[in-house]
Amino acid sequence: MTRAAVPPGIGWHLVPGLTLAVLVLPVLGGLAASFAPGFGPQGFARIMDWPGLAGAVRLSLVTGIGSTLIALGLAALILAMLVDRPVFGLLRRLLSPLLAVPHAAAALGLAFLIAPSGWIARALSPWATGWQVPPDLLILNDPFGLALMLGLVAKELPFLLLMGLAALPACDAPRRLTVAAALGHGRLAGFAHAVWPPLYARLRLPVLAVLAYAMTTVEMAAILGPSLPPTLSLQVALWMSDPGLRALPAAAAGAALQFALVLGAMALWLLAERAARGLRHGWLWRGSRGRGLDGAARWLATVAGFGLAALLIWSLAGLALWSLAGLWPFPAALPDQISLHLWHSTAPALGQSLGLTLLIALVATGAALVLVLGCLEAETRHGQRPFIPIETLVYLPLLVPQIAMLPGLQMLALGAGFQGHWPAVAAAHLVFVLPYVFLSLAPAWRGMDRRLPLIAASLGASPARILWRLRLPLLVAPILTAVALGLAVSVGQYLPTLLIGGGRVGTLTTEAVALASGGNRRLIGAWGLAQLALPAFGFALALGLPRLIFRNRRALRTGGQG
Amino acid sequence: MLTRRHFGQITLAGAGLLLAGRPALAADWQATLAAAQGKTVWWHAWGGDPKINDFIAWVGTLAQERHGVTLEHVKLAATADAVARVLAERDAGQTTGGAVDLIWINGENFAAMQAQGLLHGPFAEDLPNWPLVDVAGKPAVVTDFTLPTEGRESPWAMAQLVFEHDSARLPVPPATLAALKTWILANPGRFTYPQPPDYLGLTFLKQVLYGVMADPALLQAPAGADYAAQVAPLWDFLDAVHPALWRSARAFPASEPALGQLLADGEVDIAFAFNPGRASAEIAAGNLADTVRTFVLAGGTIGNASFVAIPFNAAEPEAAQVVANLLLDPEVQARAQDPAILGFQTVLNLNALNAADRARFDGLALGVATLPPAALGPALLEPHASWMTRIAEDWQARYGVAP
Repeated sequence: MTRAAVPPGIGWHLVPGLTLAVLVLPVLGGLAASFAPGFGPQGFARIMDWPGLAGAVRLSLVTGIGSTLIALGLAALILAMLVDRPVFGLLRRLLSPLLAVPHAAAALGLAFLIAPSGWIARALSPWATGWQVPPDLLILNDPFGLALMLGLVAKELPFLLLMGLAALPACDAPRRLTVAAALGHGRLAGFAHAVWPPLYARLRLPVLAVLAYAMTTVEMAAILGPSLPPTLSLQVALWMSDPGLRALPAAAAGAALQFALVLGAMALWLLAERAARGLRHGWLWRGSRGRGLDGAARWLATVAGFGLAALLIWSLAGLALWSLAGLWPFPAALPDQISLHLWHSTAPALGQSLGLTLLIALVATGAALVLVLGCLEAETRHGQRPFIPIETLVYLPLLVPQIAMLPGLQMLALGAGFQGHWPAVAAAHLVFVLPYVFLSLAPAWRGMDRRLPLIAASLGASPARILWRLRLPLLVAPILTAVALGLAVSVGQYLPTLLIGGGRVGTLTTEAVALASGGNRRLIGAWGLAQLALPAFGFALALGLPRLIFRNRRALRTGGQG
Repeated sequence: MLTRRHFGQITLAGAGLLLAGRPALAADWQATLAAAQGKTVWWHAWGGDPKINDFIAWVGTLAQERHGVTLEHVKLAATADAVARVLAERDAGQTTGGAVDLIWINGENFAAMQAQGLLHGPFAEDLPNWPLVDVAGKPAVVTDFTLPTEGRESPWAMAQLVFEHDSARLPVPPATLAALKTWILANPGRFTYPQPPDYLGLTFLKQVLYGVMADPALLQAPAGADYAAQVAPLWDFLDAVHPALWRSARAFPASEPALGQLLADGEVDIAFAFNPGRASAEIAAGNLADTVRTFVLAGGTIGNASFVAIPFNAAEPEAAQVVANLLLDPEVQARAQDPAILGFQTVLNLNALNAADRARFDGLALGVATLPPAALGPALLEPHASWMTRIAEDWQARYGVAP
């Protein structure tokens, strides 16, 4: 690469080490401090005695792996069948902002939509169903976790799709698809054989992050999941909030088990990858070109993509309407009265939290962006790769369940006297924002045409000039997407904010979770929308700014995939 | 504080003057007020109810006006979060300047903090407004789940279990526990309770226990060797009604607000709450149909008090005491009892108030759904916490894993 003849930059080589420290030290330190006190045979004995253990473990595995599999399958179908179709632009514009929907708000909106007393039932009652009172049907909290999986799939599909879109340009998809088509493969088969292998290689780690999230989510499981028993993560959270503090050892042991379970599920996933590869090779060797599949696949991709987008948007519309509703009894399809009363009374508190939330999110995301760009630039300039690849370590904060490491991190922060104010909270957010910024930016950075910097260098441009005048402008779209994602992640953080802020840093999410504990749909609607507004604004900028900046450079408008 | 109290007692004994303690306390209070001036109190209180949040914000305005104290409400999803925070601070060696100045607390959370030595005080009985508290008429203000409060928490609201029904769908609610059971069996899918260990769910189990136990007086002592025999009728009751519960007992609401939402959505016909004024306040807020009414079961329902406590390492214990005292102010108590605001019952003895303060209470409307005090029936004392702990564990073993 451009290694020779380049004077060492201003400490670029220090950035990867610093980044690794930000990623690794809090996690390992937090884990060590969490487990040191509460970790003992007593906690494990207690969870072994819990009759719900087997069911909770099974539920965590099934809902986690199942929802990840479905979300990945749908994302792959959409990328395979729709990317170059006109509807894709619409689907992308619908799904991208949904990435920013807070999990709790999405779950509550969905719960109101599909419950027997929910909006769908209200819209159909009593004229079609004859229901004057809601039917006694177990739709939410079903023992198989189907409602929970639906929520997880709807929430994770936008993330995987965005990750896939970021990685697609590096996979040379159009040419490969053309070659596959020339060999007689149908679109789906051609994508599966020619584009999916390199694409999945870049998607693997985001997929594992989704898997870890799906297995450890607390808020979605509490709202949509079963409770007899609940998922393991929810039970750990319940143990943590035991009023007598008697269940803290069980919570520590449960968190350790949860961690092991996530690792086990990942191992299982990686094994299944090999099996899937074998299947695909078998398909290829049999010579079937799968042209008959394309019609059904395109139909499924369209229906699932738009269906899930509609489901989430309808859920949010339900919450928005609740925030304006007076009394809204069953089976009325719309509220009896509409008023802005709630927004008026909530506005001051909302505004205060909004400012603080934005400040923390901007600081954390800005720091993450500087570190990630620094790492990537160091890699480019010096060919410098850290001892352990950053790709692997970047997942550490996403893979370790927050409930396992954060109590320990809180102890460390207390010991160091660095807590209880917004800079400390922003620092804690950085640990969780950094991986997402890295994940969404690195593929685009590395996928950039290497000949361009070479040409620039041969024309006499300095490395700094190449960075500022060539690389960063070319990457404006992916950088903005990474920033929007970082903002969304920071805004969504609950436990780090609560534990490191000591309750004194009230962000939109801590306030919203506290209000959600009261189950008041009107307030949850208002706060959920406010939570959504910040990152949605970020995503709107990420989509809109490149169009504005590159209005005379068509290929750069959508992140370089044109 | 302890030394000051001792000093007060010594003065009392030495001088032989009956009221010698009071001027000393008054001087102490002036010092407390001076120390509180300009300080900020971080009050950790459950933040799930906008009515309560608005009330706390109003108290904050008052604290600022009267005492120059800034009140910040830390909205908790669960009180245990604040307890765990104080515990973490102690474990990290932080003995001053803690994040929590005041906690809304009672029951098990109080017992846990008391047992771990995490509480400041005693302070409650030295508050200037303490003489107004109805200790004789409302013994729950000094006994929290059978545990003496020892002045380490100060009461601010009385709560009593009441049932709620929509009179448009159910004109005449059942009047006894046995009638409730008959009604549940005759109307499958229209009743449920929050899933234990949620406190309201456990309160319902304790209410049933009061009704089916041979000798409920045993509940005031720790659960003993005959625990299993004593609670057997409770499990018989639940075994009988579970198949006829909402969702056939395959799912339960998570909490009191979730149960209230089920009533509002028409998913159940009878709900219950730990606040006799909740239904009226929710109707006033436009969240509940104005046909909802409340009722109690013959023999009385469980009652207890809500308290505020100060952690041992609170950054501003003096300012926290000023807020605790303000919460006992007749004006604040009357506002809390107003059914259009909170509908919380006062902890004060109305006979101890002067005429003007009494008029604040006499002028309150009862609220469309609230029972008058005479119809509310006796408040049953909370059982010893050991009963609740074991019942929660047994419930988990019996019903916590769906077959």
